[in-house]
Amino acid sequence: MTAPLLEVRNLTKHFPIFEGFIVPRQVGAVRAVDDISFAIGAGETLGLVGESGCGKTTTGRLVLRLIEPSKGRILINGQDIVGLPPAEMRPLRREMQIIFQDPYGSLNPRLTVEEIVAEPMVIHGERFGPTVKKRVVELLNLVGLASFHAERYPHEFSGGQRQRIGIARALALNPKLIVCDEPVSALDVSIQAQVVNLLQDLQAEFKLTYLFISHDLGVVRHISDRVAVMYLGKIVEIAPKRQLYAAPKHPYTQALLSAIPVPKARGRRERIVLKGDVPSPINPPTGCRFHTRCPIAQDVCRKVEPPLVPVAAGEHMTACHLVPPESAQAVA
Amino acid sequence: MTTAVDAAAVAVRKRTFLQRYPVVRRLIRHKAFVVGAALFAIIVFVAVFADWITTADPNRMAIRFRFRPPGGEFLFGTDNLGRSIYARIVHGARLSLAIGLAVVVMNAVFGVALGAASGYFRRLDNVLMRVTDALMAFPPILLALGIAAALGPSSMTAAIALAAVYIPRTARIVRASVLVVREMEFVQAALAMGASNWRILRKHVLPNCMAPLIVQLTFVFAFAVVTEATLSFLGLGSPPPTPTWGNMIAEGRQYIRDAAWITLIPGLALATTVLSLNLLGDGLRDVLDPRLKISQD
Repeated sequence: MTAPLLEVRNLTKHFPIFEGFIVPRQVGAVRAVDDISFAIGAGETLGLVGESGCGKTTTGRLVLRLIEPSKGRILINGQDIVGLPPAEMRPLRREMQIIFQDPYGSLNPRLTVEEIVAEPMVIHGERFGPTVKKRVVELLNLVGLASFHAERYPHEFSGGQRQRIGIARALALNPKLIVCDEPVSALDVSIQAQVVNLLQDLQAEFKLTYLFISHDLGVVRHISDRVAVMYLGKIVEIAPKRQLYAAPKHPYTQALLSAIPVPKARGRRERIVLKGDVPSPINPPTGCRFHTRCPIAQDVCRKVEPPLVPVAAGEHMTACHLVPPESAQAVA
Repeated sequence: MTTAVDAAAVAVRKRTFLQRYPVVRRLIRHKAFVVGAALFAIIVFVAVFADWITTADPNRMAIRFRFRPPGGEFLFGTDNLGRSIYARIVHGARLSLAIGLAVVVMNAVFGVALGAASGYFRRLDNVLMRVTDALMAFPPILLALGIAAALGPSSMTAAIALAAVYIPRTARIVRASVLVVREMEFVQAALAMGASNWRILRKHVLPNCMAPLIVQLTFVFAFAVVTEATLSFLGLGSPPPTPTWGNMIAEGRQYIRDAAWITLIPGLALATTVLSLNLLGDGLRDVLDPRLKISQD
């Protein structure tokens, strides 16, 4: 892997829960993201998958400091951005942008497309004039929209077109890192493909780095170089795409992958159906968080939290007691 | 590609005003709104051009002509001092609307400032909202009476008293909208770009909170007109002989058995004004209702 553009170390976000009249006191915390670490190399795409509520979106927002982390470090090109004052944060915001899930909520209905796409430039000190307008048209053409779209309002566009506007806005400052927060989940399947392909073309053209958050394993497989699987605020497995899809190690990953429908499945295909629901992140299970639903859980899983350790070549890491670590495999 | 596309652009630009602003079209189709707006427009016209509409002096007394019933020489009759009720109604409209407008403007400015601060900066929320709770615990008339009594009777103090009564209510409504809009993804997007709080409030949050505010302000206008009349009636508004509708009702009260028109006509004027504003507000609420999808308005 090339030098990491983004490195996240021990990132943690606990949302406090307050109770009480007049004088609030903290009675607990939602442990949305709990001590996760990962890195993304320049030009790479890391897919982040998991069920609803596992902390994917929170992770994306933490990386951009839209939410303040409780603990941990976020390094962009080696510079820790946690705790930077807004004035020092602002120039760094040029480097990182976000594309949202909801193409209806992510564009201000009161602004024209031109104003929306120009806004990042205006915020970063450019005057809204002919130069900026020209750049807006360039960006619109880049994402497959026409120049006359500039003076329209968001409600005049379809979902896919709106998502393109959102992408144009994200590109306006030539960022290096783009957090894609479920960018295609709200779109029709036919439009999904178009938008995913657009994202890939843009990545190739501008050497973009993506943190691609999705619950759609198929889309993630298509776009990612490496994939991280999250469960209840923890990364349980992280590996290069091929390895993860071909030989998942963690029982949760195995269950997730077995849930992908296969066209024309021949013969028996083992489908692992997990029992029960995801436990509450307010009081996550002790030990391995997955033990309550794991088909192969042992005593040790209930007591000791498994660390994320390498289990196979090519930086394949898993947090499971029952998967022998790479060194042990080598010995055996 | 560009030329073909730009040719299409020319066609696109020719969309009519109504196509561009579907809200306007929906308003025009709303019967209650149209009736209310028309009535209110007439009242505003009367108030603005009062001096042209009637050349009679609203304060000129003519004892010879006292208690003339409506019709004949005096359109709306005369009062106990022989003053033309028509002239007094027309000039009273001016004062009623001026006070209503002043209250609306104060509400817009302070209500939005307080509501936005409270909804956007969560640290201020508890403090500001407890203060508004305290103010809202008083019955509106009582609070207005108290403030007007403390400041002394005049049009200005009446307006300030009325504004103080309704600002907490407006602030609440703005706060509620701000709480919704600040969580929307386009606000997150602006944060991710590095926009300042001030910019986010001004460009993203407040413009999307306007619909319920506009509706609220039309109702505030109606309340202000009625409550101002109440204050005048109780002697805490503009002091007599200033022709306000409230003063006229108060003065006519003694003669209500023999010359009911002295009280009824200003009462009707008041009722018509409030009705027009309520119809207008209802129409705006139906069309701009925030429960409709925000993207459609």
